[in-house]
Amino acid sequence: MALLEVDDLHVSFDTPDGLVQAVRGLTFSVERGKTLAIVGESGSGKSVSTQTITKLTRGARVSGRAIFEGEDLLTASPDHLRRVRGAKIGMIFQDPLSSLHPYYRVGWQIVEMIRAHDHSTSRRTARKRAAELLGLVGIPRPAERLDDYPHQFSGGMRQRVMIAMAMALNPVLLIADEPTTALDVTVQAQVLGVMRDLQEDFGTAIILITHDLGVVAEMSDDVVVMYAGTAMEQASRRDIFYRHHHPYTEGLLRSLPAHGGGKGRLIPIAGSPPSLINLPSGCPFAPRCPYAWDKCFRETPPLDEVFDEPGHRSACWLPHDWEGRQACEPRTETIDREETA
Amino acid sequence: MIRFLIRRVALGVLVMWLITVAVFGLFFVAPNNVARTLAGRQATPATIHLIEHRLGLDLPLWKQYTNFVGNALHGDLGFDYYHGVPVTQIIGQALPITLSLAIGAAVIWLLLGVFSGVLSAVRPRTFSDRSTTALALFFYSMPSFLLALLFLYFLYFRLTKAGFAIFPAGGYSGLTAGVGEWARHLILPWVALALLLAATYTRLTRGSMLDVLGEDYIRTARSKGLRERRVVLRHGLRSALTPVVTQFGIDLGQLVGGVVVTETVFSLPGLGKTAIDAINTQDLPVIIGIVIFASAAVVVANILVDIMYAVLDPRVRLH
Ligand SMILES: Nc1ncnc2c1ncn2[C@@H]1O[C@H](COP(=O)(O)OP(=O)(O)OP(=O)(O)O)[C@@H](O)[C@H]1O
Ligand code: SF4
Ligand SMILES: [Mg+2]
Repeated sequence: MALLEVDDLHVSFDTPDGLVQAVRGLTFSVERGKTLAIVGESGSGKSVSTQTITKLTRGARVSGRAIFEGEDLLTASPDHLRRVRGAKIGMIFQDPLSSLHPYYRVGWQIVEMIRAHDHSTSRRTARKRAAELLGLVGIPRPAERLDDYPHQFSGGMRQRVMIAMAMALNPVLLIADEPTTALDVTVQAQVLGVMRDLQEDFGTAIILITHDLGVVAEMSDDVVVMYAGTAMEQASRRDIFYRHHHPYTEGLLRSLPAHGGGKGRLIPIAGSPPSLINLPSGCPFAPRCPYAWDKCFRETPPLDEVFDEPGHRSACWLPHDWEGRQACEPRTETIDREETA
Repeated sequence: MIRFLIRRVALGVLVMWLITVAVFGLFFVAPNNVARTLAGRQATPATIHLIEHRLGLDLPLWKQYTNFVGNALHGDLGFDYYHGVPVTQIIGQALPITLSLAIGAAVIWLLLGVFSGVLSAVRPRTFSDRSTTALALFFYSMPSFLLALLFLYFLYFRLTKAGFAIFPAGGYSGLTAGVGEWARHLILPWVALALLLAATYTRLTRGSMLDVLGEDYIRTARSKGLRERRVVLRHGLRSALTPVVTQFGIDLGQLVGGVVVTETVFSLPGLGKTAIDAINTQDLPVIIGIVIFASAAVVVANILVDIMYAVLDPRVRLH
């Protein structure tokens, strides 16, 4: 059984404009010690879905299951949830500046985390552990820096502090929500390196959320491609890069610089994602899809296994066999919904 | 930070200087017969002349001003001819009463305002939030004398008539006569004043707390597995208090200079009531003394607020 199994997750928000369906029937699982990358454009529901797993989305309507070590976190008691947060699931967020409390010293913040879960740890022991952790994530003179405030660290160093804190209790799962987006390229590589080293040493599973296919290529074992709150394609990293089925995945890869695999950032595909209020039926990608035909606008494709590869799923009406899929030709221009309606 | 504080103190000195110039201009230079006013209604010409000489009104204007400021700097705010004592003594007698009133009320309104503000923010848009907001608005928009009078009517007059003489009609009982009596005399004015001000603090705390609870570091605190109470108080309230402290310093600074309405209604001879009495009897030295003292209190409170800012926020402290 996988470490975490998210099943048919729905998350929506009541807003003055209507019900925003941020996550619509998302299913994925994370194996112990492995890295699952979640990719997708801005607003596709990556943060909402992963934060809902530990119930950090406030004021949301949630349904579905998130089975973690055999227990559904979505229906778990607040007490159980609290024991899981931090101790079993560590979290890192996108913006390292705003994610640490500006009024408390970083050492204090790490010690607080350790002692929240094990009150028998003395302050002194926890502090020693905090210094160790800062050293582990590559912060020079860790013992001295414990007494510094977050604003006294650079962006990259702050993110290392976040990682140190998230890893303080050796969680079995680390959820890293775009941990390097706010950092420049060299620092990005260093921070990712720190995460990978920790994973090797402690066997932590990672959910890595990113816009960046370069990061996916470097870090992940499996990939979920998200669009408009749901999974478009799920596969191993190899299959996503070399044997993808879904036109959206194809679009993401096309927008990489030539020679693939490089460090390029995502250039958005023509058009923009649909509004998550009153989503029409049919494939959500259809208005931007170069393969779309009238069926795509009428019927929503299920997430089905493709190419007879276990674990490789795609939500697309194109043929599910390799030859059939290869034979499909994209149009050079996308069609408007109006034309087909 | 040190340089910032030096700037703030310098600015405070400048403000105080401007106030002395204004006071001097209004009361000494303006074409009225100060000596005559000071001497009281039935003064003989000889007294008036003596006062003119004592005040140095026969000296050149600049000399008069430097004397005035020089004396004030030495803690000499002039002589009250009406009561026959130095003005500082008048202030010295009234100040403990105003301080008792202001500080006691401050404790109540802070606790009340911050507590209800936090509760509202933690459960926004619920019934308890809305009723707190409505109640806060009710007291906020109530004229201060009205609340004080209602207190007197119901809690003193009606209660005493019904045979429960719990609260006195007013007046002050010094701490030397016992803490119990002191508090018994102050409880109504405390609550009357606190309710008015608590409303501001409820709204301020609620708004500031709602902002803070939406911050990323609050999500981090939750993701660490902390108890919700700790998240709200240790992480949320800690940040949300900054604007509250600012408001508190400003309010307290103002009150220390005299709480005119509350003191008058409850016949507490504090600075506010003393000032009103002085105005009614045209007791100019006392008016001037209280104006200068009250201004100084506001200026000092503002500087203290800035220091508190630095104490509260390490980002300010370390720059
Ligand atoms: N509290 C909320 N209330 C209303 N709508 C929300 C709320 N939180 C998120 N959303 C909406 O849910 C959708 C998904 O947001 P989410 O933050 O998960 O996207 P994302 O994939 O993480 O994007 P990004 O890459 O920009 O971080 C967005 O359309 C967002 O506007
Ligand atoms: S279902 Fe149709 S519109 Fe959607 S991705 Fe597949 S081909 Fe494109
Ligand atoms: Mg996000």
